[in-house]
Amino acid sequence: MIKTIIIDDEPLARNIVKEYLADYSRVKILEECKDGFEGVKAIMQHQPDLIFLDIQMPKINGFEMLELVEQPPAVIFTTAFDEYAIRAFEAHAIDYLLKPFSKERFDKAMQKWVQQHDNNIRPSLSASLFETAAHTPLHSNRIVVKTNNKIKIIPVHDILYLEAADDYVKIHTAGGAYLKNKTMQYFEQLLDEHVFVRSHRSYIINMQHITRIDPYEKESYLALLNTGQKVPVSKTGYTKLKLVLGL
Amino acid sequence: MPLTALSTYRYKLYYTGFWILWSGVHAWVLQELGYSARNAWADSVISNGLLAITGLLVIVALSYYLPRKDQVTSLLLLCIAFTLAWVALTRISLFQMADETVYTHFNETIQLRGAIGFLILGCVVLLSVLWHSQEDQKEQERRKNESDRIARDAELFKLRQQLQPHFLFNSLNSISALVATQPSEARKMIQQLSDYLRSTLKKEEHTWVTLAEELEYLQLYLDIEKVRFGHRLSTKITSNEHTPDCKLPALLLQPVVENAIKFGLYDTTENITIGLHTDISDKLLVITVENPFDSSLSQPKTGTGFGLSSVQRRLYLLFARNDLLETAAKENIFITRIKIPQQ
Repeated sequence: MIKTIIIDDEPLARNIVKEYLADYSRVKILEECKDGFEGVKAIMQHQPDLIFLDIQMPKINGFEMLELVEQPPAVIFTTAFDEYAIRAFEAHAIDYLLKPFSKERFDKAMQKWVQQHDNNIRPSLSASLFETAAHTPLHSNRIVVKTNNKIKIIPVHDILYLEAADDYVKIHTAGGAYLKNKTMQYFEQLLDEHVFVRSHRSYIINMQHITRIDPYEKESYLALLNTGQKVPVSKTGYTKLKLVLGL
Repeated sequence: MPLTALSTYRYKLYYTGFWILWSGVHAWVLQELGYSARNAWADSVISNGLLAITGLLVIVALSYYLPRKDQVTSLLLLCIAFTLAWVALTRISLFQMADETVYTHFNETIQLRGAIGFLILGCVVLLSVLWHSQEDQKEQERRKNESDRIARDAELFKLRQQLQPHFLFNSLNSISALVATQPSEARKMIQQLSDYLRSTLKKEEHTWVTLAEELEYLQLYLDIEKVRFGHRLSTKITSNEHTPDCKLPALLLQPVVENAIKFGLYDTTENITIGLHTDISDKLLVITVENPFDSSLSQPKTGTGFGLSSVQRRLYLLFARNDLLETAAKENIFITRIKIPQQ
């Protein structure tokens, strides 16, 4: 039996996948989800072999949802995004279906999956997929994290600073700190360079929250944030800060 | 020949009129000084005729070569040169054509005549320069208006290109789903989508439509969204009885409603209601659109996405006013209000 989940916010869009899947007796639809939150929960609960995933959905989009799943299953994207926008993801998913899609096109995607599945190719939703996704306009100015099985959406402007913590990056906000399994480099690329500055090997500061920069030790500084927190600034970091501030 | 100050009929008339008047005054003064009428008129006509011609030459010369405003010296030199030429020419002409007394008298008052000639030519130069700079200004203004108009057209065209491919493809996908299970619903939706697309294509930026027409069109859009999202979407449209005949620019309201759908429907998971209320006050058609939004996701201020900034821009281009679009967020309700001046 092939376990599958359909995640799409439009009921009719889910219906058509369901209808096309009726021919596949081996495939069993375990759940239908109408947003990314439900999707994450359902994936963790059912551990499906394959999911059908819409990209544009309320609250969190398809990519953001995948980021929250530790071992993402094989994905067939179903989306109305134009071909040009979606081509970037092509290599990383089993397939992508552009809405509206025909039964033939759907069958082709299924064949592709069966082949990979039979050859035991585990599709790797590599980091580069998310990186590509992060740089598309559909990714809005927010970061999605998961804490204690709860999904938290952090608007980028709420971030005070980021701190490297082993394999994670600690995202500090006024409401607390969250861990995300990403590199500093990833965030440096993702965030607006005019607002977020790598002030130190292990720190990225949101310029909008800095109130003062004081000398600390020889060739190092401390940035004082409006929350009272202090963030280390290296010599090169100081140069970068000055550049962004136009000093 | 380039345009000169005398290219217009009115200025030609002024120029001729001035010289006739001036010659008259000149002759009269000479008669008062004891000239015979014949001599007075001969002197006046010859010297002023030549001065008028010199003035014309100055005007023509300035139309070919206009010194910059700060080159006062060259204007002065030009004036002096023409004055000297005129004095010399007048002297020769009087010697050839007029009585000896006239000629002698001319020589006696040559400085005064030169000074008067210089003043008159100076006035001609000044007026010419003024006319040319005014003309330049007009030309600049014309060019600026033209470029503004072109920029505006291009901008409006660009704004119009923001058709929502998402909406279109997702709607087609819904139709595709309906075909098997509810063919009549599918047919109805094809109808609605076609009507909607047809009126989108038909409409042009610069046309004005009545509110009733615009609402009918938006209703199509909302009906299609209702099919896509089922019971999640409901709408509440209330109109003041006087508003249906009010006019508004085509496709102005649409982005506002699209924006409401985007934040109210696409970005939430609950059942939502989009409200639209129209009213008229102070010769302003006031349209209020209300939609819920998820405050944890988007700040109200970032809620003015592309849709609304383009509306703001269009209202500015049309009415040169920046206060016709207002937005406000009350708890989880986002309110957009646009005002359209009525003629």
